[in-house]
Amino acid sequence: MSLAGRHAVAVFAALASPALMAQSRYNLQSPVTGIAEQIYNMHTLMLLICLFIFVIVFGVMFWAVIHHRKSKGAVAANFHENTAVEIAWTVIPILILLGMAWPATKTVLEMKDTRDPDITIKATGYQWKWGYDYLQGEGQGIRFVSNLATSHEQIDGKAAKGEHYLVEVDNPVVVPVGKKIRVLTTASDVIHAWWLPAFGVKQDAIPGFIRDAWFRADKEGVYRGNCAELCGKDHGFMPIEVHVVSQEAYSKWVADRQAAMAAAVSAGARDWSLAELVEQGAKVFAANCVACHQADGKGLPPAFPPLDGSKVVLGEAAGQIAVVLNGRPGTPMAAFGELLSDADIAAVITYTRNSWSNKTGEAIQPSQIAAARGK
Amino acid sequence: MAAVMSDHAHGAHHGPTGLMRWITTTNHKDIGTMYLVFSFIMFLSGGVLALTIRAELFQPGLQIVRPEFFNQLTTMHGLVMVFGAVMPAFVGFANWQIPLMIGASDMAFARMNNWSFWLLPPAAILLIGSFFVPGGATAAGWTLYAPLSVQMGMGMDMAIFALHIMGLSSIMGAINIVVTVLNMRAPGMTMMKMPLFCWTWLITAYLLIAVMPVLAGAVTMVLADRHFGTSFFDAAGGGDPVMYQHIFWFFGHPEVYIMILPAFGIISQIIPTFSRKPLFGYASMVYATASIAILSFSVWAHHMFTTGMPAAGQLFFMYATMLIAVPTGVKVFNWVATMWRGSLTFEPPMLFAVGFIFVFTMGGFTGLICAIAPIDIQVQDTYYVVAHFHYVLVAGSLFALFAGAYYWLPKWTGHMPDERIGKLHFWCSMIFFNVTFFPMHFLGLAGMPRRIPDYALQFADFNMMASIGAFGFGLSQLIFLYAVVKCVRGGEKASARVWEGAEGLEWTVPSPAPHHTFEEAPVVR
Repeated sequence: MSLAGRHAVAVFAALASPALMAQSRYNLQSPVTGIAEQIYNMHTLMLLICLFIFVIVFGVMFWAVIHHRKSKGAVAANFHENTAVEIAWTVIPILILLGMAWPATKTVLEMKDTRDPDITIKATGYQWKWGYDYLQGEGQGIRFVSNLATSHEQIDGKAAKGEHYLVEVDNPVVVPVGKKIRVLTTASDVIHAWWLPAFGVKQDAIPGFIRDAWFRADKEGVYRGNCAELCGKDHGFMPIEVHVVSQEAYSKWVADRQAAMAAAVSAGARDWSLAELVEQGAKVFAANCVACHQADGKGLPPAFPPLDGSKVVLGEAAGQIAVVLNGRPGTPMAAFGELLSDADIAAVITYTRNSWSNKTGEAIQPSQIAAARGK
Repeated sequence: MAAVMSDHAHGAHHGPTGLMRWITTTNHKDIGTMYLVFSFIMFLSGGVLALTIRAELFQPGLQIVRPEFFNQLTTMHGLVMVFGAVMPAFVGFANWQIPLMIGASDMAFARMNNWSFWLLPPAAILLIGSFFVPGGATAAGWTLYAPLSVQMGMGMDMAIFALHIMGLSSIMGAINIVVTVLNMRAPGMTMMKMPLFCWTWLITAYLLIAVMPVLAGAVTMVLADRHFGTSFFDAAGGGDPVMYQHIFWFFGHPEVYIMILPAFGIISQIIPTFSRKPLFGYASMVYATASIAILSFSVWAHHMFTTGMPAAGQLFFMYATMLIAVPTGVKVFNWVATMWRGSLTFEPPMLFAVGFIFVFTMGGFTGLICAIAPIDIQVQDTYYVVAHFHYVLVAGSLFALFAGAYYWLPKWTGHMPDERIGKLHFWCSMIFFNVTFFPMHFLGLAGMPRRIPDYALQFADFNMMASIGAFGFGLSQLIFLYAVVKCVRGGEKASARVWEGAEGLEWTVPSPAPHHTFEEAPVVR
């Protein structure tokens, strides 16, 4: 048990200095919200109580193991009950449990109190990415998709792994410091879970239902988490990244985002050249489609069909547009109409119709997507 | 109390020989042996899956398997170990020991007993064969959560049918045990004189009868959602994905006690024997077992604290779960009190039993920590939970099975297992178990989710340690295989009583136990 012993020492070192543990290795991550702080302290308290009981119970047991051995001439006593002792070791644990339940109850009630948020953000789980909609408060109307930013080369060992390997995204969630943020969770396909350890928030995202949680981050910084509910092939590759920034930085981010969204709308209003569409489509494909349909367009049949030589891709444009916009219910194919702009959808469809062995030479215009929406 | 007829000497049995003997047998000892052999084969199969998982997790990045296959491995490891290894192993012990311990000549329904066993191999073939169908085995996790399980390929359907068959086998086995224990006890053996192993199995059997049909219902609804256009778990059709979890865990939580209560029974037989002292608090042990079983029906949603249930729901399930610590604590205190001022020796069964108490209790503590809803919200679906349930299932159920095997092998084979090999097996298992699973507590607390094929860099060193430990643990189990084979083939002859401090009817028959025992019921004073 020397190994466990060494770890126990490390645990105590970690407990003694939670503030120094920037990236926790032995204990819960350093809390940055009041709730996470309460959870952290409750866990420490529980650990100490358990350790105390552990020492007593196994002190007694190992005393017997060492001293009451037959080889040391121990002669067995014959007692086999003692009502007083039995009542004591039933009642005392109940009292200890009551002591534990009291702080836990207070925290549960506080975690459930999602009233009066400053900002409400909806997080939607997709196989395998997160979509975010800022529903209320400053930044209302902002929406984006957040994908894993780590490259496939790093995952497959063809490139050196970066510092934030697997816990970095292309579009992080940005929130102002010290504000009550309510997170609504839902999903489009299977159950996911939105988990940010430093905030003490883990809430399942359930398709067809809306659940909520909240946090108020006290410290600026970048905080990282993961999807915590098995959701299929790339469950391990849909991280969550939240940037907690000052109020000024947040207002600037909101303005930039809104300008970018306006630019995307105007981009959808003009006609694009084939080369432009393919170039932009390659980027959209790499961020949204490659996990299932693969870079070579061959997919991973039978679960994930190929696009290279696919009847849908080589058929009528309207058919493919409908699939991309509305998804295929009951499969991981998401309804990208709610995720991507007209220009991006037009670009990615054009890309698939002009890549690998697919050579239609067709350019699908954003206006065709706009027309197909709502059909 | 002598019950063995002289003409039923060692090994005598009637009827077919060779393979047909095993296919047609209705003898509880033959069937018990088959259960044990089957479960060990499944244990090794599940172990190979686990080692493949640990090999992939040895370092960050994808090296050995792709994510979709990784999910099949974790799913099948769970299903194979729970339904193929642990549960049949305990039924094997029940078959061998319950008639011997209560002085019955056989199980109550001998032919049904044969059928209960022979359902298992086809179920295992269906389950493991699903790896080889298009799309592979189910990758929805052993909990088979909808709607992910609805998305799966035909491997999922095979797993559902395998579960149906295994459930049928379990229910029949459980009915057999209930009827045997209630009706076939030797004259004078009142319920409260019954060995504790029989008590824990009686209560387990009731749990099985209560919850296996619930599992069958849940997976059948998944089957209907997959193929027959129903929407039990699809919100678009008026269903609710979370309802699957409620139904599953209504089965699933009693299920974890199904896997541990018989282990408590085995430990409660072994500790008094090697302490040479009666079990402390026999009556409170029985009541504690019953309380755990009853409470197990009202705690299922503690697996679902993150689904977002109302505060009142979270609080109810948190309090009910914490309450289970009380009867579980009583059991641990009773075992320690039994050892206290005993005359202890540490043959392999006792080593595994003491090891069980020590390591299982650590799993109990982490269970208590998981019961606290706010803490559970941080550790749910992380490696902390993986560590917790391996502490109670490997160090709990599995170590108790090893303890029981070393304890009763002399009675089954007529030879003493090699003590040195048994001790080597214990120490290797104990050390490598902790090297494997102790670091997982840290991984989980620091934020590593479970069921992921690849992880962030700060988790690298503990994963490497866990993988090394896992291979050590896996290889250590070959020592057990060697010890058992050696014991079956020969060794020091065992006496009828085998262990100096052993008490109970099974020690009144010769070793090895003749093919037929207690044809005339013994009388218990």
